[in-house]
Amino acid sequence: MNELSKALGGIPVELLHIAIGLVGLAAFVGLNAVLLVWMERKVAGHFQRRPGPFEVGPHGLLQTVADAVKLIAKQLFMPKGADRILFWAAPFLAFLPVFVTLLPIPWGDVIVAHEVNLGILLILAFAGLGVLSLCLAGWSSNNKWSLLGAARAVAQSVAYEIPMLLSLLAVVMMTGTMNLSTIVESQGSWPWLWLGAMQPFAFLIYFICALAETNRAPFDLPEAESELTAGFHTEYSGMGFGLFFLAEYANMIVVSGVATALFLGGWKGPVMDGPWWFLIKVYALIFAMMWFRWTYPRVRFDQLLNIAWKWLIPLAIINLLATAVYIKVIGLNLPMM
Amino acid sequence: MKERKKLTFWETVKRQWSLVVGLKVTGKNYIKPQITTHYPRQTVDNISTFKGHVQLVGKPKQPDVAKCICCMLCVTSCPSSCIKVVKMKPPKEDPIPEAAAPKDMPDAAQPAKQAPPKAKAPKTPVKWTLDFNLCSLCGTCVEVCPVKSIEYSNDSYLAGYSRKDFEYDLLADLKERAAKMPAPAPKKAPKAVEKETAEQAEA
Repeated sequence: MNELSKALGGIPVELLHIAIGLVGLAAFVGLNAVLLVWMERKVAGHFQRRPGPFEVGPHGLLQTVADAVKLIAKQLFMPKGADRILFWAAPFLAFLPVFVTLLPIPWGDVIVAHEVNLGILLILAFAGLGVLSLCLAGWSSNNKWSLLGAARAVAQSVAYEIPMLLSLLAVVMMTGTMNLSTIVESQGSWPWLWLGAMQPFAFLIYFICALAETNRAPFDLPEAESELTAGFHTEYSGMGFGLFFLAEYANMIVVSGVATALFLGGWKGPVMDGPWWFLIKVYALIFAMMWFRWTYPRVRFDQLLNIAWKWLIPLAIINLLATAVYIKVIGLNLPMM
Repeated sequence: MKERKKLTFWETVKRQWSLVVGLKVTGKNYIKPQITTHYPRQTVDNISTFKGHVQLVGKPKQPDVAKCICCMLCVTSCPSSCIKVVKMKPPKEDPIPEAAAPKDMPDAAQPAKQAPPKAKAPKTPVKWTLDFNLCSLCGTCVEVCPVKSIEYSNDSYLAGYSRKDFEYDLLADLKERAAKMPAPAPKKAPKAVEKETAEQAEA
């Protein structure tokens, strides 16, 4: 490694790795947002038995590109009486942590931007920043809807982050590590060898919390358009809104990526292991999220708190205890460990 | 807030099945074929059920001549006064006293009614216009027409650059349609009108 570093003129290899990884991730996040917005509209269309975007490009493929150009070209507005610094800091605060949360995600056997021993902790910590950006955006907008959206975002995060943590902890207990790559390696290729088969409750609880984490229906309270116009991003135009949008779709990738790595065997799959399995699983989960969006109505605020505090947290604790007892009393034989 | 029945733990768990049922419903619709049409490339096949602006009905044997007898019932009954009908002037030899016509109808319609029956006045319109900007598609003119000379058109593809584009000369429109029509077609038109009026009467 040192020789390679010398050959590169003293640049640490690890730094280069992260830099390349970040560039790759940035490209992926942009491309993915374009693809996912298109997919979202297409899926929405098909659920309503209409074609969705169709005119720009083949099957409307370029529609999101056109929308992106529109967003970039639009003027940036700030409402009167808004807090200038916080107002413009919020979109960046929403968008930038996403890159950190994408760093430890194992796309393939060796395709990881940066191996982090505490990968899960890193992701959870920086995912929490997203709520801060929502809160700031809503508060600094000087708008009642934005403020209500921000209040909802904060209360929502208090509700879903605890069961999410507890459900992930069960997996960490089983594998004994927080490194996502190691967790993937501890699973087998076939679905019954995935951790999701051993921890179905943890997977279910995690996925419900992931929906809340990404502010997607039925937990899209912070931006409930029928009640709060657009919630916390009501006052954002152009790329200010665009960055929130990018962050939301990148967040979908992060939570689905974590679910894939922890519960669905990551890049391992039947017949041939590889990054394609990871992508297939991630996009399948995202499709499920879109499916939920067009099936379930938005829950009321107290309902969300009830679901989280009265059901998910006790269930997650019971699941965690059961896992602990099982490991201690019966012992655990993970397929690949 | 309304008092709800308290559910037991198992009842609540059992009710979660409704979430799966919901997914089934939406999932089925996802797979089913689309029910919309890609407009410029496809058009709907039941456009005949569309009731657009009114149009004139031609005589069975002379499809380019309107059945209209210039009774002016449509003009007087129209709540938006968007129909204008001008009757063909009688030959000059006929000594029909010219009476002052109302402002709305600067034509020979009113005096014709009062004219002595011996002078056989022509009953064909020379001008029949519809201002679709004002029309509310109430259908009163279609109902009231004694000779069923007015029917709904299927013209749903309307777009224009100014209000003038929606002031229709329906006599010209009838001639245009008659020129395009195959020979037996005009017979169908009055039937359609009868049906429509019957439907309206039922409604």
